[in-house]
Amino acid sequence: NFEIATSLKFIGRSFGQVLHTFFLIVGNLCFPVVLWSSEFLLCVGLRTIRYLLKRCLQCFLGERCSLITSSTIVRCRSCRTYINPFVSFIDQRRWKCNLCYRVNDVPEEFMYNPLTRSYGEPHKRPEVQNSTVEFIASSDYMLRPPQPAVYLFVLDVSHNAVEAGYLTIVCQSLLENLDKLPGDSRTRIGFITFDSTVQFYNLQEGLSQPQMLIVSDIDDIFLPTPDSLLVNLHESKELIKDLLNALPNMFTNTRETHSALGPALQAAFKLMSPTGGRISVFQTQLPSLGAGLLHSREDPNQRSSTKVVQHLGPATDFYKKLALDCSGQQTAVDLFLLSSQYSDLASLACMSKYSAGCIYYYPSFHRSHNPAQAEKLQKDLKRYLTRKIGFEAVMRIRCTKGLSIHTFHGNFFVRSTDLLSLANVNPDAGFAVQMSIEESLTDTSLVCFQTALLYTSSKGERRIRVHTLCLPVVSSLADVYAGADVQAVVCLLANMAVDRSVSSSLSDARDALVNAVVDSLAAYMSTASNLQQSMLIAPNSLKLFPLYILALLKQKAFRTGTSTRLDDRVYAMCQMKSQPLVHLMKMIHPNLYRIDKLIDESTIHVNDRVVPQPPLQKLSAEKLTREGAFLMDCGSIFYIWIGKNCSNNFIKDVLGYPNYASVPQKMTQLPEVDALSSERTRSFISWLRDSRPLSPVLQVIKDENPAKTDFFQHLIEDRTEAAFSYYEFLLNIQQQICK
Amino acid sequence: MIAPGIPRAAPGPPGPAAMAFTFAAFCYMLALLLTAALIFFAIWHIIAFDELKTDYKNPIDQCNTLNPTVEKVKKIKRVKIALKLVLPEYLIHAFFCVMFLCAAEWLTLGLNMPLLAYHIWRYMSRPVMSGPGLYDPTTIMNADILAYCQKEGWCKLAFYLLSFFYYLYGMIYVLVSS
Repeated sequence: NFEIATSLKFIGRSFGQVLHTFFLIVGNLCFPVVLWSSEFLLCVGLRTIRYLLKRCLQCFLGERCSLITSSTIVRCRSCRTYINPFVSFIDQRRWKCNLCYRVNDVPEEFMYNPLTRSYGEPHKRPEVQNSTVEFIASSDYMLRPPQPAVYLFVLDVSHNAVEAGYLTIVCQSLLENLDKLPGDSRTRIGFITFDSTVQFYNLQEGLSQPQMLIVSDIDDIFLPTPDSLLVNLHESKELIKDLLNALPNMFTNTRETHSALGPALQAAFKLMSPTGGRISVFQTQLPSLGAGLLHSREDPNQRSSTKVVQHLGPATDFYKKLALDCSGQQTAVDLFLLSSQYSDLASLACMSKYSAGCIYYYPSFHRSHNPAQAEKLQKDLKRYLTRKIGFEAVMRIRCTKGLSIHTFHGNFFVRSTDLLSLANVNPDAGFAVQMSIEESLTDTSLVCFQTALLYTSSKGERRIRVHTLCLPVVSSLADVYAGADVQAVVCLLANMAVDRSVSSSLSDARDALVNAVVDSLAAYMSTASNLQQSMLIAPNSLKLFPLYILALLKQKAFRTGTSTRLDDRVYAMCQMKSQPLVHLMKMIHPNLYRIDKLIDESTIHVNDRVVPQPPLQKLSAEKLTREGAFLMDCGSIFYIWIGKNCSNNFIKDVLGYPNYASVPQKMTQLPEVDALSSERTRSFISWLRDSRPLSPVLQVIKDENPAKTDFFQHLIEDRTEAAFSYYEFLLNIQQQICK
Repeated sequence: MIAPGIPRAAPGPPGPAAMAFTFAAFCYMLALLLTAALIFFAIWHIIAFDELKTDYKNPIDQCNTLNPTVEKVKKIKRVKIALKLVLPEYLIHAFFCVMFLCAAEWLTLGLNMPLLAYHIWRYMSRPVMSGPGLYDPTTIMNADILAYCQKEGWCKLAFYLLSFFYYLYGMIYVLVSS
C-alpha cells in the first residue's frame, strides 16, 4: 500500500516565498516529501526579481536568488551543510547547524557584511537572509577546469526518416538558433548521421566544404579522425551552415532501411568522452542493426487488455549501460522519437533516464500528413536549443538528523545515498524525493532540508545553488490534513505508481492508487470526526483527491481496457517521472473552458491586453453543448472542440470560415480576424501560452472528426466501457472505507 | 618346499574404535571446507553493500565487481570473467546438494533445499541484463533494495555459520558411527 501523502505550505522568512513540501503519514509519524522543480534550480546568476518572475512564473518556488561572490563559503564542519537562514547564532561568534546540531565557529571574513558595510552582524549577511543563494565555486569544487558547452546531434537518415521529413525541420531550426545556443566562445558542435552505416562530418576550419566520412564497420565502431569532428562553433560557422543547408537534400534518394542506432551512440560516446556535453538523438524507427538492436515486442491485440500489460521495462540493458557510461563522462543523451510504429520506447528511454537527458515523443510524425506534430517539433526544438543549460552537475540533498532519503524520482543517476549525478541540468525537469523517518522527532519542532546543486554554467563558471527549506513538525493528524497540498500528493503518487508498474505490475499500481485514497480518507474519518460511516468525508484540502486519482487512473500511463499503444503508455510514464508539478497536473487534469461567449466573460488586464477569464468547467461531456465551442488546456496541447450547432458568428469571427461544414479537419492556427471575439480568443490563448515555458500546439476538432477521441478521453468524470464515472468512483471508495 | 609364510593380518572388519572413511564422511569434509569459502563470500557481500551505503564506492564499480562480466576483446572473442561473487556461491551450494544426494544424506539435503530454491528464485527474478548478474547499478541505491541486500547478506552469513557447525557435527558423527 502507499502511505498517505499530505503536504504543508510554509511561508519562509523571505517575503513572498511559498515552499511546497508534503508529509507522508504512517501511524503518528510524519514523513516529509519534497517536490522540486529544476526550473527553480537553474535560475542562473540573477539579481533582478523581474527576470526571475518571468522565468519562474509557473514554478511554485518563484523567488529571488542572490549571487554571493565572497571567497569563503561557510559550511558546517561535520555535515557540510551550507549556512542558511535557519541556523541559530549562539553569541555572535558561533553558529549551530540546523541539520546536525553541531556548533561551528564563524570565520573572521564572515563577520563583515559587504552590503551594509558593517561589522559584527553575521546574521544580516545575504547567505543568512535568503534561503536561495548562489555561490561562485572555488577550484576546490572542480575536478577539472569548467567544460565548454559541447553539442552533438545524432540524426537518423534511413529511408523511413527521409519519408517522415523531420530533417528539414531540424536543420532549419538549428540554422535559426545557431547563435542562440547557450555557451561562450569555446562552444563546440558536431554532427553524426546514421542509417546502416555511420557518417561523420569533418568541419575543420579552412576546408572549403564539409567532408563526410563513412564508417561501415559497425561491429567495431571507431572515429575516423581524432579531431575536427567536434568543432568550435564560431570558427567553423560557415561550414556548419553549409552542412545544415545541404543535409536535408543529401539523403533524399536513400534506399537504406536499417537503422544502426547502437553503433552511432557508441561513436557519439567516444567523441564526447574527453569533454562531456549534450547528445541529441533523433530516431524514427526500431534500431535494427548492430549493437543494441531491438525487436518488436508489442502485440497489437493486447492494447486494450484489462489484465497484464507487458513489456513496460527495457528488453536489453545496452542503453542503460550506455547511459551510465555517458553519465560518468558528464554527457547527457536527449532522445527525440519521431516514429509512426512501435519503437520500443521502454528500452530506448533508458538512455535518457539515467544520463539526465530528456525524452520527446512525436507519435505518427510526418511532415506533411501530420502538421500538428511538425509544428510541435518546431516549437519544442526552439525551446530545447535556446533554454539555459548547466553541465557536469551534482546535486546533494541533506536533511535534519532523524530523517533520511529513501527514493529519488526523475532523470539522473543516483551515485550515493544522497548524491545525484546530473550530466545536464535544464529548467524543464522536475524531481521528486521520498524521505523516511529514522528516529523519533518528538523533541524537535523544526526540520530542515537543503539542496545544493553544483554545476558549470554554459559560460564556463562553476556555481553552487543552495536552497533551504524549513518545516514545522506537528503532532496531530488534523494539522497535517489541514496543510495538505493535493496536487503535490497526486504527482508523488503518480511517480510511485510508475515505479510499481514497472517493478511489479500495472494492476498492482492501480490498486495501490485507489488504496491511497481509501486509506487517507478512512484515517481522516476515524480520527477527525465521529460522524457515522455512511457518508464520505474529506478534509477541505483533500476534497479533489478522489477526482485527481480517478484522472490518474484514466491517464494513458495507467489505463486498462482502452486501446493504448505501448509506446504512448511508456512515454506517459516517462513524463510522469520527469515533468515539473504544474505541467504534470495539466496533463493529468486538463482545464476546460467555454470560449464561444468570451465577450461576456469578466476580464483582467495584463500588459495592456484585455484577457477574458472564463470559468473552469468540469471535465464531463455533460458540460459540452452542441451550440458551444470549448477549449481544453492539456499542458502541451490545446484542443478547441466545435459543436455541430455552434453559432456561425463564432465560426466566422474566430475561425475565419463561413460555416461549420467548411472548417477543415486539420486546423492548427487561429486567423487574425478583425472582430472582438477573435481578439479576445486570441488574447486568452496567448495568455495561457505565456504562462508556461513550453509552447503548446493548437488543434481545432470538429464534432465528427475521428481525432475527437483525443479530446473526449480527457473527460474523466464520465463513465466509459472500461472505467467508472466520478460518482461511481466515489461510491466505490465509500464502500471500501465502510467495509 | 613350503616356505614359512609370514603371518599377515587379515583385513577384517575394523574394530569398534576405528574410523570408517565412507563417502558420506568425505562429503561432509568437503562441505566443511567449501562452507568456509561460502562464509567468506557472505562476508564479502556484507562489506560490499556497506561500502555502497557509506559512499565509499560508486554503484557502477561495485556492481561490476559483484556481477560477472563477459568482455569481447577486439575480434578475439575471449571470455574474460572478472571477479565473480554471485555465481560461485550458487554453484558451490548446488554442488553440495548434488553431493549429499549421492551420499544419501537426506536430512542435510532437506535442510539445504530451501536455500537452493531461494537461489533459483533470486536468479530468475533478476533485472534485465546482458551478462549474468544480479545487481543493477541504477536501482541498487534505492533504500529498499539496499536494505534487502544487506539483510540477505546477514541472513546468509548466519545460515552458513550454522551449517558449518552442522557439517562438523555431521562429519564426526558419520566417522564415528561407522
